[in-house]
Amino acid sequence: MGKSTISKIPFKGTAEQEQKLREFIAANKGMQGALMPVMQEAQEIYGYLPIEVQRIIAEEMNISLEEVYGVATFYAQFNLNPKGQYKIGVCLGTACYVKGSQDVFDKACSVLGIGNGDVTEDGKFSIEATRCIGCCGLAPVLTVNDDVYGRLTADDVPGIIEKYQKM
Amino acid sequence: MADVTLKINGLPVTVPAGTTILDAANSVGIKIPTLCFLKDINAIGACRICVVEVKGARSLVASCVYPVAPNMEVFTNTPAVRKSRKTTLELILSTHDKKCLSCVRNQNCELQALCQEYGVEDVDRFAGAVPEYAIEDTNPYLVRDNNKCVLCRRCVAVCKHVQGVGVIGANERGFVTNIGSAFGLDLKDVPCIACGQCVVNCPVGAIYEKDDTQKVWDALSDPDKHVVVAPAPAIRATLGECFDMPIGTNVEGKMVAALHRLGFNSVVDVDVAADITIMEEGTEFIKRLKGDGPLPLITSCSPGWVKYCEHYFPEFIPNLSSAKSPQGMYGALMKSYYAEKMGIDPQNITVVSVMPCTAKKFERTREQNNVDGLDDIDISITTRELARMIKIAGLNFTALPDEEFDPIFGGATGAAHIFGATGGVMEAALRTVVEILENKPAESVDYKEVRGIEGIKEATYTVAGTEVKVAVVSGTANAGKLLSEIKEGKRNYHFIEVMACPGGCVNGGGQPLHDAYTRAHVDLKTLRAKALYSEDEASTYRKSHENPIVKKIYDEYLGEPGSHKAHHLLHTTYVARGK
Repeated sequence: MGKSTISKIPFKGTAEQEQKLREFIAANKGMQGALMPVMQEAQEIYGYLPIEVQRIIAEEMNISLEEVYGVATFYAQFNLNPKGQYKIGVCLGTACYVKGSQDVFDKACSVLGIGNGDVTEDGKFSIEATRCIGCCGLAPVLTVNDDVYGRLTADDVPGIIEKYQKM
Repeated sequence: MADVTLKINGLPVTVPAGTTILDAANSVGIKIPTLCFLKDINAIGACRICVVEVKGARSLVASCVYPVAPNMEVFTNTPAVRKSRKTTLELILSTHDKKCLSCVRNQNCELQALCQEYGVEDVDRFAGAVPEYAIEDTNPYLVRDNNKCVLCRRCVAVCKHVQGVGVIGANERGFVTNIGSAFGLDLKDVPCIACGQCVVNCPVGAIYEKDDTQKVWDALSDPDKHVVVAPAPAIRATLGECFDMPIGTNVEGKMVAALHRLGFNSVVDVDVAADITIMEEGTEFIKRLKGDGPLPLITSCSPGWVKYCEHYFPEFIPNLSSAKSPQGMYGALMKSYYAEKMGIDPQNITVVSVMPCTAKKFERTREQNNVDGLDDIDISITTRELARMIKIAGLNFTALPDEEFDPIFGGATGAAHIFGATGGVMEAALRTVVEILENKPAESVDYKEVRGIEGIKEATYTVAGTEVKVAVVSGTANAGKLLSEIKEGKRNYHFIEVMACPGGCVNGGGQPLHDAYTRAHVDLKTLRAKALYSEDEASTYRKSHENPIVKKIYDEYLGEPGSHKAHHLLHTTYVARGK
């Protein structure tokens, strides 16, 4: 509240993407409950739902921007920011959580200077708290794209991030 | 629809099928407390304050959304019901900042009243994490303090359904759910029309008018300032409510007395400017009717409506009357005509308006609303803010004598008084336009077809042999509907009056507050409007063009209505603002 959630990453949408979205909406807006599938398709096309995309949806669906935004922020699967080049996931599932993954997550956020669902201004890292990713034996677990790091403490986090910063 | 008979607290009740338990109970005088419920606007069963016991039901049910059934047995006041409501209140308090002493709604808060009613003693029973929100106050008209929000969504429902605007909604989910605009934008950065209907429908102090009373106090204590004040037509019909006077009491005389005692150098009447608005807008209408300019002509007195038009229907901007609102005309004339007559440098005049309206605070800041670089209005306060000033000044309002406006800009017609109610501007305009076009006194001054609180009214009059079709709309969702149908060719008119707030200014966003129960069971709009129509009936002059003060101002200063000078001072322009 009061804090802008507009993505700091410049919008790079193309005319083709916009046309594809507008066509999808035109074909589907008549059906009941069309907003969710439209937003899913938009995220499919753009990878996330920045204000520029939500404005297109609001305009085409003839609803207010706030109505789109309310839905976008209600569901965890919708993103207001693009994913980073390196997508960090920290499992906050039960096993990881009892093994201290909240500390790991908090540390990663503070090192990157961003919060859950955000992306760094250079577009390099994004971070997300995830549910169980199925390797509880390694708890607590952090992933960077397809790389998995297990049995971590918060102190391990800066070294892992540094490795990708240099890549 | 078939009737259903049920029992509420053992009392047999017969209501139409489909009625909710809440309405059924109300129909036999049993009051069920509510918090998120707003009659005809918000029935979502969210707050759980209205729960009741239904015999055989698995759990307590929310009476605001639960329909009656034959032979149902309802109990509204059992130990389980009372305990549940109390626990709900304690849970609401667990995320509420509880700073009642400094709250604008202290002693006028539905949450506070319920807590008292249900004997909530331990406000920290569920102490724990409390979400903290920054206060949003960077626009000139409204302040949002989500630390007090109870998430009832009444503001959201009014904004979306009654005003057709929908710039606020529930964002995020669970513990961090908050009411606000998309992407955390301030209201000034979204197509908010500043009408303030969110304020008059908020049960607590989560959204309220930007308080400008300190600016007025500062001006009053500045010896270099000549401070002029004038109230809008609708203020006299409502100000008494802030001092526990019955709804619909006209307090014009006491209001003027109070303004004199607050120390204003001059107390004049926006109603005189309303009469001048009719002269300017009426002249404009006649011109357009004769083919010079687009029809329909649409009134521009309501700044919430004007902003709505600029955001949502910019294609109708050429149809808006170029006449400033009465507030704007009053300000411009104080800094020109009045300054000249009084021999005061307009730079040293502070013009204060008392408005039923939060959007007038926005209108004041419009860059088009100044003359030669001087703002028309310096400070615009609401009815509620004036009441606050009167209380701080220690004035015993109900005991004040009746006083009269200063004659230099006081003494309005009945036509001006009714500006405060939906249909009033249209009726006032017709009284003048018809006489000018027919070039003879009209038989009647009453245009009853355009009176009343319906959202959309229409009438057709034959004026000098020509059919004139008019429409009167209040509530911007209704305005949107009407304009859309005009665009589709389903409707067409010569003249349209629009007021942003349902029922017009008497129900404006700056007016005295009442709880949802009162708003549902007392016809505020009609009672308040009646105070204005009674004053109209009792007026010596009931047509704007017959007002001696108005004639004098035109004779001595402005020339003819629509003259070059009148245009310079009293007309304005509009801008498309985007959605």
